Amino acid sequence: MATATVIFAGIAIVLAILLIVSSHYLSTTENEVIDKIESLLPRIQCAQCGYPGCRPYAAAIVTDKADINLCPPGGNETVRRLAKFLGSDFSPVTKYSTTANLNEIAFISEELCIGCNLCLRACPVDAIVGTHQSMHTVISDHCTGCRLCIPPCPVDCISLVSRNA
Amino acid sequence: MNFPINSSPHVLPITSVPIIMRHVLYALIPSTIVYVWYFGFGIFINMLIASIAALISEAIMLRIRNRPIKPSLADGSAIVTAILIAFSIPPLAPWWLPVLGASSAIVLAKHLYGGIGANIFNPAMVGYAILLLSFPVQMTHWIPPQIENLGFQNIDLWSTVLYSVTGSLPSNLNLDAITQATPLDIVKGGLKNGISINELRSGPLFSQLGGYGWEWINIFTAFGGVYLLYKGIIRWHIPVSLLTSITIFAALFYLYDPNQNLSPSFHLLSGATVLGAFFIATDPVSAAATNQGRLIYGASIGALTYAIRTWGGYPDGLAFAVLLMNLMVPLIDRFTTPKIYGQQQ
Amino acid sequence: MLKYPLFQSFYGGVHLESHKNTSNHKQIARDFLPSRLIIPMNQQFGSDAIPSVKVGQLIQKGEVIGKPAEKNTTAVHASCSGRVGAIEKHPVPTAGKVSTSTCVIIETNDENNIAAQKPPLFKNHLDKLTAINHAGIVGLGGAAFPTAEKLNRKSSHCEMLILNGAECEPYISCDDLLMQEHATEVLRGALAMMEIVGAELTVVVIEKDKPKAIEAISNAIETIGSKCIRLTDIPTMYPTGGERQLVEALTGKEVPSGKYPIDVGCICQNVGTAYALDCFFQLGEPLINRIVTVTGQGVKNPQNVAVPIGAPIVELIKFCGGYDGEVSQLILGGNMMGYTVDTDQLPVTKSTNCIITTKKATTPKPFEIWPCIRCGECIPVCPVRLLPQQILKAYENKNFEELGKLGLSECIECGCCDVVCPSHIPLVENFRKAKHLRMQEIKSSELSNAAQKRYELKTQRLSSQHANTEKLHADLKESIKESSKNDMIKAAVERSKKRRDKK
Ligand code: SF4
Ligand code: SF4
Ligand code: SF4
Ligand code: SF4
Repeated sequence: MATATVIFAGIAIVLAILLIVSSHYLSTTENEVIDKIESLLPRIQCAQCGYPGCRPYAAAIVTDKADINLCPPGGNETVRRLAKFLGSDFSPVTKYSTTANLNEIAFISEELCIGCNLCLRACPVDAIVGTHQSMHTVISDHCTGCRLCIPPCPVDCISLVSRNA
Repeated sequence: MNFPINSSPHVLPITSVPIIMRHVLYALIPSTIVYVWYFGFGIFINMLIASIAALISEAIMLRIRNRPIKPSLADGSAIVTAILIAFSIPPLAPWWLPVLGASSAIVLAKHLYGGIGANIFNPAMVGYAILLLSFPVQMTHWIPPQIENLGFQNIDLWSTVLYSVTGSLPSNLNLDAITQATPLDIVKGGLKNGISINELRSGPLFSQLGGYGWEWINIFTAFGGVYLLYKGIIRWHIPVSLLTSITIFAALFYLYDPNQNLSPSFHLLSGATVLGAFFIATDPVSAAATNQGRLIYGASIGALTYAIRTWGGYPDGLAFAVLLMNLMVPLIDRFTTPKIYGQQQ
Repeated sequence: MLKYPLFQSFYGGVHLESHKNTSNHKQIARDFLPSRLIIPMNQQFGSDAIPSVKVGQLIQKGEVIGKPAEKNTTAVHASCSGRVGAIEKHPVPTAGKVSTSTCVIIETNDENNIAAQKPPLFKNHLDKLTAINHAGIVGLGGAAFPTAEKLNRKSSHCEMLILNGAECEPYISCDDLLMQEHATEVLRGALAMMEIVGAELTVVVIEKDKPKAIEAISNAIETIGSKCIRLTDIPTMYPTGGERQLVEALTGKEVPSGKYPIDVGCICQNVGTAYALDCFFQLGEPLINRIVTVTGQGVKNPQNVAVPIGAPIVELIKFCGGYDGEVSQLILGGNMMGYTVDTDQLPVTKSTNCIITTKKATTPKPFEIWPCIRCGECIPVCPVRLLPQQILKAYENKNFEELGKLGLSECIECGCCDVVCPSHIPLVENFRKAKHLRMQEIKSSELSNAAQKRYELKTQRLSSQHANTEKLHADLKESIKESSKNDMIKAAVERSKKRRDKK
């Protein structure tokens, strides 16, 4: 009996030490977690989640325990990945206000553009080129289809087209 | 004319899961015959009961898991599991023993892990281990070989059936009088009490090579195994490495002290060694995947079996060796991944 | 001079039931000429040719009807004399599926039906390669890669020309028949290639199940008397005909991932290509017909036919006696790596080596599929040494990172794993889907990464701009405070005085 107790106590202590040591060496910092979550998001930067961009949202998930189903462009697939990574439960995306997604890009109708420069300032990923008083255009490879440039345009010359067309 | 579109390759399949399972069952026929010759018809009763129990629990589990029932019942894997369990329980056993063994194998080891293909542990061995741990008495009392001149009392088919169903024997038979420990058991107990191997092996249960009767069962099991190899159902890596490693360990210790250690032939030809090598450890689902991995897997099972038999608490360690190595499979697979063509490493 | 143990073996592979004798006992039929040809412009790897004829124009056999769009692609020629009936979009079998391409449709006639011209003369090496491109010669093994391009890939010295007559696909016998009937021409073509690439050795590789072809080639080697051609007969094992497998088997070297056989000093060419090249060099005939194996249980007279490029498949089948009862599938290419098409109204192209008509549908629908039982059968047969079962699992879990690590992109879709799988899992089909999904995933994640990068840059830029403006304002305020207001007023008065004085 006594030997058994000693042996088991010994095993417990050794394992505990192992655990402590490994948690010390293998720990991840909060920033790394945020990085990882950010990489799982679509990174369109459309702000539809209610945060100014994907990284702020990722940070909010970690620090404020924000819901993981707020990103409409990512859709349920992204929620599923987040749930898998965070070990939390899956629940479908609730907001379907717009359906911004990577398959669409903005297109500026060049006859209508008055060169107001407002869309350029709205684009979070520098996908629009142009300068005051001259025509603006969208670099299709850079555009993420976030739609943020559409509301500011005073002459409604921006529309969305399919990426591959 | 409109033709259907299918994906390549456009070939009829050459084999299928049911075909494999069927060949495994065929391969067990020779050993079953010898088994019946030495131990009577008890194994038939156990096989029948275990198969029914396995099929019923399989059907129930498939129903609960909302999977199609017919293809999975028809693939024969549940029956193979049941037959292997019947091989590992005593021929004279109450009916609930095979039922419990088969159903716990199917429910706990197979379906709770996700059904065929997803189980980590070998279902038959899980069933066996559960029985051995829960009912050590029933599981270790074997009837001696039913051969007239051996000096044991023999029991007929009717008494076996009666015992299986009611748990009692006709009044002229006494359970304790007609059952014995298995040879491996006797050796284990004897060595503990300081009796030498030579003395032990002079008993009536022993023969030249191993346990009386057991050596022939094992040899005929090996015939079945060779049939499987010939048919390409199993690959040679696991049986060969398993048997080799047991032989090597046994030979080393036997050479060191023949009076305290059993000979290699005894190790090979008693207990479940050959059955394990060809039929149990080769269960594809729970074995390592690559050929190299299978060599490691088989050799480790052999070594562990020897270790458990010699130093462990149980007479035959094969089941536990298999279960332990099942746990190591992901690790083995990870380290034996072949180098991909054209990729430098 | 023999540096290699000329045949070891390659890893993996399976023995398949041979169906070659369905089609290989008859001579090549050479009198097939349909009344209409549909000649696609997209027959070669790379960009499409541009039609250079007009509707209604009379053309002669061997005349160029499609000009190469770029320098490195090949021309397309009229396979028969006739009149251009139309130039229009038409469904064409290309690279594993049916797509539409511009086709020149020719209504054939028998007048002037001789392509043979003079053997071409070349001023120099480059000239020769251009001429080969203009003769429309592409690899006839199936991929239709421009031959001149392949011969011109010179990243390292070419030691060995591998002439591929392995033909490991169980149904195809066109190379077999070609070698039997035109061994000398094939070898002459090979010698010409060897000269172009500057190799010292040509190895003709033939699987052992083609004894007649082996005999014909070895006789021809003797007649030619060249020391630098060797014949190697190799065991029948699918897929030896794969370039990479052949290189591994012959030299023991592996072609590094993403590289070509030339990077280990070899060039592989199909025997059919060698023959086409010889026809061009000897007679000036461009690539206007090829040998096609028409076989399977669903056609009355299975045989090999010399088919003018562009002949409709339906006509070809009629030529071979028509369908024999209900046909369940039409397969272009071999039964292992070929693809099914839904209609027979397609033209034969330069890459159509075989047409199989089956009577009983094969994979995958009629079979029950079980879950993977981890039997591991698929592992030792994979010639690329992949772990198909693990790839399948990673695909089911949509684990793209793992798929990359497991080498999904190296899978040659040979189908070995598929054939041996006792659970009848359509592995190749799954791997194809997995490749597609993974490419999409990679593309969108690249896009996302770039977007993130630019977003970060923009945020940084904005905030630094902001900080700069703030600083400017602060500095201004500071300077205003420091110099006394009076001084400034004085200076202003001073300046206005000066201006007045000037006046
Ligand atoms: S909603 Fe837009 S900004 Fe928010 S995480 Fe999704 S893509 Fe990023
Ligand atoms: S161009 Fe418009 S839609 Fe495209 S990324 Fe910029 S703001 Fe978004
Ligand atoms: S299809 Fe791909 S995974 Fe399967 S055997 Fe061929 S190369 Fe290997
Ligand atoms: S052959 Fe089929 S069942 Fe066997 S391991 Fe491979 S995928 Fe699984």
